[in-house]
Amino acid sequence: MQMRTIEIVVGAFMLAGIVSLAILAFRVSGFSVGDSAGTYSVYAKFENVGGLVTRSKVSIAGVIVGQVAEIELDQKTFMARVRMEINADVNQISVDSTAAILTEGLLGGKFIGLSIGAEEAYLKDGDEIRDTQSAIVLEELIGQFLMKQF
Amino acid sequence: MLSALRNLGQFSLDLLEVLGRAGSLWWQAIWRRPRLANAPLLIRQIYQLGVLSVVITVLSGFSIGAVLALQGYNQLVKYGSESALGLGVALVLVMEIGPVVAGLLFAGRAGSAVTAEIGLMKATEQLSSMEMMGVDPLQRIVAPRLWAGFIAMPILALMFSVVGIWGSSLVGVDWLGVYEGAFWSAMQDGVDFKSHVLKGIVKSVVFGLVVTWIAVFQGYDTAPTSEGIAAATTRTVVYSSVAVLILDFFLTLVMFNF
Repeated sequence: MQMRTIEIVVGAFMLAGIVSLAILAFRVSGFSVGDSAGTYSVYAKFENVGGLVTRSKVSIAGVIVGQVAEIELDQKTFMARVRMEINADVNQISVDSTAAILTEGLLGGKFIGLSIGAEEAYLKDGDEIRDTQSAIVLEELIGQFLMKQF
Repeated sequence: MLSALRNLGQFSLDLLEVLGRAGSLWWQAIWRRPRLANAPLLIRQIYQLGVLSVVITVLSGFSIGAVLALQGYNQLVKYGSESALGLGVALVLVMEIGPVVAGLLFAGRAGSAVTAEIGLMKATEQLSSMEMMGVDPLQRIVAPRLWAGFIAMPILALMFSVVGIWGSSLVGVDWLGVYEGAFWSAMQDGVDFKSHVLKGIVKSVVFGLVVTWIAVFQGYDTAPTSEGIAAATTRTVVYSSVAVLILDFFLTLVMFNF
């Protein structure tokens, strides 16, 4: 084979190595990030988010309707402020809905479950869900149970 | 009894001698850095050892990733923690299976070729005629191969891991229906670049060095007959595969702080 061809192929090989390294480093391989156009943001404050992480799913009646985009600490109330990205086609969530942090199975990851309220007005981009229910922390639960015993 | 003892002594001395020769070959060759004038030799070797191994590496990586996802999913789904699938597959691939299996494939695909090539050069006395012409065979034949293995092996291992993770996501996410966000977020959350990916790369660099070293030495040290070359090629694959597996254990022991 021509030396020039070999040089080009080896160059491509090295480039593939660097690209692999970049993929391993940033680890967004295969994940389509450019989805945010079709979503709107809804906020919720929780006393404790437990093991909720960004990209945890948001579901209504067990159907995935969005994902957690951001979790930050509200410095005034010291509650966790969670930004959820809800798919744009799910646009009839009433304003008095409840957001609860639930666990997938006994050991599974956390996700947010939305229970729909009765109000006629619907959540828009930037709205906040008032009624929230924090993650159940197993240790606290056990602690409360023990306290009641004595 | 006495003869058994003598045989043991003979065996140990032989082993030490081989180790010494292999060590000095490596030591002498590794310092003959490929000069700019010799860059084409190195590039040709990277092509031979690295580029020609890409197809087998990528294919194996993909199927191993896919199988890991299948098996892992079946176990994890019992506990409802199938969202940890991505994390488990990625950790296993990046830290262990990527470097090790890529190293084994490299030994079989590239190491054996190096041994056979150098062995044939020795059998047909090309090496001694090079020396006669004042060309240093260590500089021209051995050093480029050692350096090429050193460069190509980590790239192959990285490719193996990436393709494996891709294969596992195809099976896990697209086929078995693990939620995509959880698959990738658990992975990103649990895999650390410095303490997992980098250590995997260190492993693959070591494997690349050891495999090409064994391959080059077996070729250089072969009996100059066709049987000799056959035996040397077999020894290369066997020794370097065993070396990769044993070294992997000790590297894991040292690097991951057990």
